[in-house]
Amino acid sequence: MRMATPSINFMAGRQIAGLISIVAVVASIALLAMNGLSFGLDFTGGSLVELEFAEAPALESVREILVNSGFPDAVVQAFGAPTDVVIRLAQDNAPKAGDDVIAALQAAGFEVDLLRSEFVGSAVGEELREQGGLGLLLALGIVMLYVAFRFQFKFSVGAVIALIHDVLIVLGIFALFGLDFDLTVLAAVLAVIGYSLNDSIVVSDRVRENFRIMRTNDPLKVMNDSINQTLSRTLATSMTTLLVLLALLFLGGELIHNFALALTIGVAVGTYSSIYVVTATLLLMNISRDDLLVPEKEQEIDDRP
Amino acid sequence: MIQRFSLWKTIVVVVSLILGTLYGLPNGFPDDPAVQITSNRSTEVLGELDVIRAEDALKDAGITPIARDFEGAQALIRFDSVETQIKAKSVIQAALGSDFIVALNLAPTTPEWLQSIGASPMKLGLDLRGGVHFLMEVDLEAAVSQRLDAYGSEIKQMLRQERIRFRSVDVKPGGEIEIRFLNEETRAQGVERIRSEYSGVFAYREEDRDGAAFINLLLAEGEQTNIEDYAVSQNLTTLRNRVNELGVSEPLVQRQGRNRIVVELPGVQDTATAKRVLGATANLEFRLEALPDTPVRETQQFKFRANERVAQLERDIITTGNSVSDARSSFDENGMPQVNINLDASGGRRMADVTKTSVGRRMAVIFIESRTRNEVDRQTGEVTQIRYKEQGIISLATIQAVLGNQFRITGLDNSREASELALLLRAGALAAPIYFVEERTIGPSLGAENIERGLNSVIIGFVLVMGFMIVFYRVFGVIANVALAVNLVLLIAIMSLFQAVLTLPGIAGIVLTVGMAVDANVLIFSRIREERTRGLADPQAIRVGFERAFVTILDSNITTLLVAIILAGIGSGPVKGFAITLAIGICTSLFTATLVTRLLVEGLFGHRHLPKWAL
Repeated sequence: MRMATPSINFMAGRQIAGLISIVAVVASIALLAMNGLSFGLDFTGGSLVELEFAEAPALESVREILVNSGFPDAVVQAFGAPTDVVIRLAQDNAPKAGDDVIAALQAAGFEVDLLRSEFVGSAVGEELREQGGLGLLLALGIVMLYVAFRFQFKFSVGAVIALIHDVLIVLGIFALFGLDFDLTVLAAVLAVIGYSLNDSIVVSDRVRENFRIMRTNDPLKVMNDSINQTLSRTLATSMTTLLVLLALLFLGGELIHNFALALTIGVAVGTYSSIYVVTATLLLMNISRDDLLVPEKEQEIDDRP
Repeated sequence: MIQRFSLWKTIVVVVSLILGTLYGLPNGFPDDPAVQITSNRSTEVLGELDVIRAEDALKDAGITPIARDFEGAQALIRFDSVETQIKAKSVIQAALGSDFIVALNLAPTTPEWLQSIGASPMKLGLDLRGGVHFLMEVDLEAAVSQRLDAYGSEIKQMLRQERIRFRSVDVKPGGEIEIRFLNEETRAQGVERIRSEYSGVFAYREEDRDGAAFINLLLAEGEQTNIEDYAVSQNLTTLRNRVNELGVSEPLVQRQGRNRIVVELPGVQDTATAKRVLGATANLEFRLEALPDTPVRETQQFKFRANERVAQLERDIITTGNSVSDARSSFDENGMPQVNINLDASGGRRMADVTKTSVGRRMAVIFIESRTRNEVDRQTGEVTQIRYKEQGIISLATIQAVLGNQFRITGLDNSREASELALLLRAGALAAPIYFVEERTIGPSLGAENIERGLNSVIIGFVLVMGFMIVFYRVFGVIANVALAVNLVLLIAIMSLFQAVLTLPGIAGIVLTVGMAVDANVLIFSRIREERTRGLADPQAIRVGFERAFVTILDSNITTLLVAIILAGIGSGPVKGFAITLAIGICTSLFTATLVTRLLVEGLFGHRHLPKWAL
């Protein structure tokens, strides 16, 4: 496949793109405020038991047995296959609730195999939540510092706005569909930050270079050329990453399904944001050649002796 | 201009490729499920006969092992599947009895020449291998108050022995010991004695009121932390002992943070027993029954475990389960379960001292256990965990003769209780109560399923990316694919070499690395294309392409690496596995893109015309 460097006037559509982004971000914030994230066991505390039944049970009767065995709040769901059932208990159960659930079901004549059982104390859940939030902020902060140090302040604002944009939209979609937000999803969100930043930096790098070598001082043209020049790379990398993510999404199993989903959404949104959000923010802040006057020396880095 | 790739870089690439292959290779030899047998007692060694006994039992049960290694004091019997391994474990345990520890294990199949250079396969995390993960919290407050109680008893004993007269020694709830002396003179004597015995442990506050001389002992600065540290490390030791008694191979028992302990038991099936034995805070206390004329403040009322009867016991403790050096369960003449106890030297001495003067009196054995229950606030619905101590007398028997360091206790409910109590006494008591705050169990079938799914995702992802690269970049795509394969080999080799734990999210990290690693190559190739269209001659386009792209690659990878490091810092377990794989993957892809790809590209096209179709 050969692609000549395209010359699409991306910046002409930046108002529309900006509007779409703003609407998406505002909607995400609203969803997060109204629905909230449906935090998984890792963050809320509680118990969970995943069982494999010899034959698909009627979930209603499983629930009934559990209610009668002293678990009035048991939530019973099929998990992937109909024989695969997840039972969730709220946090006011002791660590051994999982064992009791199995005992109760076996006593009722079900043939069950334990796939996994988890118990997270409420204090631990709270800590994990705090640590997670802290990690997100720390990641954003360090990224902003690094970009400000390697590029320029305006670039770091652009990169961080793009990151916040991507993270909010991923979270918004999770809030919209009430998808379970657990530790692995948090890891995925942090990985989205890493990925999206990767993209933003490649574009920013080209913008910086073009400001220096192009004769024009028209920021619009610099942005358009930069995006077009990096477009084939942006798309190729997004494609390969999305390909492996789809493999994970469909083959990786239930345990990392949401992880793969968060990353897939994040990579898709991140690709878009590195094209539009970063450049549009730079334009909004009136980026100009003067911002990059002090020539940096990294061009002299040569890995040849 | 002729491009020559410098010699030393070529050497670096070749050497790392050879090392990578060598150290990655063991992963091609999956471990055999095995059962490991070792002796339970230091005095007895596992002999050839015991192993033959085990093998005979297996034959009777219709289980055929695939191999048997018997070396030094341990035997390793290998099986063809996890199911037979589990069955075999209970068969062998039943045949050999409780004198041997029979544990599930994984036996390496890595060829010896690879093992001799230290190569071994990656460790699998619990989510891939099956097993239990516990996070426990040590009750430090209880540790401190227990220590204060012990100090109180010791001081009382000491003052009595020194004939320094005092009225009372009380441990106050606020964490201080209050001693009431008759007058200032005896107080001065007492304080001097305590100071010399416990130098640096206490801060002292004198007080005169109610016509008596008081001294308050507070824990000196840093002493509280010492007690807490000691409690946690003591608990670590005890938990390790208990895990060994349970018969688990390659367990992990590790401190986490100030007051938490992580225990990971790979391959454990019976989580209920594991939890009961690990978490058991059961301990014993031996006390004399109070005499009718013992002052009330010196006595404490205890219930019997079996019924509602109560007994008045002395506050002073003769000794505790901590002084037990060995304990074995058996049955008495009437077929009732009992535990035979050996005390260590100091425990035996104290027992002898006390019983010498108390023949004819009764001694109680008290069973103590820390438990939790949840209490729900009716108004707010908030749940609080209440921790409480359950203690009850299991036996109250007349001392017939002076007891030495060997005696037995009876009055246990059943033989399971007796054998678990013996196990707990052997492994040592916990210095402070522990509570489970997190538990994750993965069944072995889910673990196997996770491995298969993970592998499939890696393979399919890899094939998709390779196909895409060939379509998009042709010959250079092939080069990128070679680099990607090298990347994967290096990633696996590094993870094996550092014994990083592979988890399901870790596999996801590998898959993601496969997808993102080509980015560096993509950047380079796009740049070379650009430089060519800009009119540069091929060798120059290649050189400039690599150079220009390098800065971008470095910047974009360093930021991702920073994020991965943060993730590794805040995450635990599986998430940490993901972060570590991601971080290693970034490093290896930097290496392969800048060195391997370049070596190949310049070797092929560095001084030759680059055909139009090649890129």
